[in-house]
Amino acid sequence: MREITFAEAICEALLEEMERDSTIFTYGEDIAKQGGIFGTYKCILGKFKDRIIDTPISEEVIYGSAVGAALAGARPVVEFHFADFIFTGMCSVVNQIMKIRYMSGGQKKLPIILRGPDGVARAAAAHHSQSIETIFMHVPGIKVVIPSTPYDAKGLMKTALRSDDPVIFFEHKRLYKTKGPVPEEEYFIPFGKADVKKEGKDITIIATSRMVLESLEAAKELENEGISAEVIDLRTLVPWDKETVINSVKKTHKVIIAHETWRRAGWGAEIAATIYEEAFEYLDAPIKRIGARNVPHPFSPPLEDAVIPHKEDVIKAAKEILSL
Amino acid sequence: MGVNLLDLYETMVRIRLFDTKAEELFLQGKIPGFIHSYVGEEAVATGVSANLRPDDYITSTHRGHGHMIAKGADLKLMMAELYGKKTGYCKGKGGSMHIMDFSLGVLGANGVVGGGIPIAVGAGMAIKLVRKSDQVVVCYFGDGASNRGTFHEGLNWASIYKLPVIFVCENNMYASTAYMPETTSVLDISARAVGYNMPGISVDGNDVLAVYEAAKEAIERARRGEGPTLIEAKTYRLKGHFVGDPELYRTKDEVKRFWEKEPIGRFEKKLFEEGILTEGKKREIWEKVEKEIEEAIRFAEESDFPPPEDALTDLFVDDRGYDY
Repeated sequence: MREITFAEAICEALLEEMERDSTIFTYGEDIAKQGGIFGTYKCILGKFKDRIIDTPISEEVIYGSAVGAALAGARPVVEFHFADFIFTGMCSVVNQIMKIRYMSGGQKKLPIILRGPDGVARAAAAHHSQSIETIFMHVPGIKVVIPSTPYDAKGLMKTALRSDDPVIFFEHKRLYKTKGPVPEEEYFIPFGKADVKKEGKDITIIATSRMVLESLEAAKELENEGISAEVIDLRTLVPWDKETVINSVKKTHKVIIAHETWRRAGWGAEIAATIYEEAFEYLDAPIKRIGARNVPHPFSPPLEDAVIPHKEDVIKAAKEILSL
Repeated sequence: MGVNLLDLYETMVRIRLFDTKAEELFLQGKIPGFIHSYVGEEAVATGVSANLRPDDYITSTHRGHGHMIAKGADLKLMMAELYGKKTGYCKGKGGSMHIMDFSLGVLGANGVVGGGIPIAVGAGMAIKLVRKSDQVVVCYFGDGASNRGTFHEGLNWASIYKLPVIFVCENNMYASTAYMPETTSVLDISARAVGYNMPGISVDGNDVLAVYEAAKEAIERARRGEGPTLIEAKTYRLKGHFVGDPELYRTKDEVKRFWEKEPIGRFEKKLFEEGILTEGKKREIWEKVEKEIEEAIRFAEESDFPPPEDALTDLFVDDRGYDY
């Protein structure tokens, strides 16, 4: 199978759907002339004259306009530039996009995609490094997608582009250049279906985005020491695949949850609580949660590395659980 | 003049009686939540809406009953929504501050001051880029919203893309308790249009014909693809910010002075002078509208509250599984 990058996979999904559906248009900062700061619009440049638009730095309108556009029959795909900047237009996201359909009594579908980069790059410091997906899992009203591979990114983006509900789609900056197999044929990945990226029997590692890759590396090293780890990529957080998680817990009886967002009240706490509520009797050890330290992201590379989680944290946690 | 003056009069009476009755019902404890009365501002929505087609859009505010009625909303469904009944416009999920009727082009009353501005701009984008029609969007907001970021972002945005949006600022002199000249850098909000390179005009918002003429010109310009306009309608909020407001921020004398300039009596005088309205016709109109409102109240009171399980519907198109 051919291999393409994560960024190319995203663009391909957009290209295919924009060719098929003339109501899709996409807008945001720095996309129409350069193809996006991470190249995720390159394959559509020059192809859709009025349907790829550079906008002013006016985030309240960038996000809020999506509501009006969707209600008027369009399917807006809105670039948020950096996840950190969503906060500048957060009222439009949380109070309009995430509430209008419900407050209207479900009068109309609201097909909106908010998409863009999140997570650490390298030494980008605290205004360009955050992972904020938990907030959108906490407040009801938007589906949360956070893929880890080019294959998943394309299949989930295709599903998002045909979804009739608001979707927020987080693309990790360090994943954009990673390559992986993506078939030429069309395919879709449903929301709420986790992917077991590696099967194992001794311990379950639940992760998303960059931490899936770190967990797979960790699993490889653990394998050398005779430990068989199962790595589950949730891929979407709203909805999330409880069934796959619980089934794995019943098999391995030990759990690590790994995410790049902050450990304190990160989404891992929600998953852990659900496992405790619904599968407590299957657990042989307390669940371990891995996440960023509870400080803003520092600039200096050694400090940044000290704050974000790595495969070593996963290996250490696995060994601690298994030595119990 | 291409408008039926008695229709304008009747619409203003309908708004006045609806909100007068809503206030009364609220004080009797029949309507939960809050009511923000449009009494005294009827000429604005009436004069603007007389220029609109059924397929045009509006965005409204927390003080939105008048905008909806002028756009042709069903009083029964409105009143039922105020009561929180299942038969209301939003099945009891929105209430007075969030009534919407997307089929009528009403893209929502909005509980966030200035929250409708990005939505209006987005509908304008969909009209221009996807629908490619000559529809227009009227965006109502108050003097308070003209100090929000969404106003400044939205006017700049509508101007650069020449969107068919008519920004109608209802300057009623008070943003909640705050007196407009003490919180706003200009005395004429229309002056702000200069900064966004669009026509700006201030009109007497208690003169329905002045509003009608200003809106007509702006709407025709928008339909021709010549871009947005800012209309400031100078009016006065005769009632408190909300029903029950102690109104410690203004004197009774001030309110009394403005009652003398209220728009219905003023227009009525003109219609009598010109022989268009007679005592008999007046009585006929008021009785007809009173009856409509009585029917709306009966409909609301006879309707059921939604069953508790309805709280979990209408968030997403596929409703199941998001609450666990």
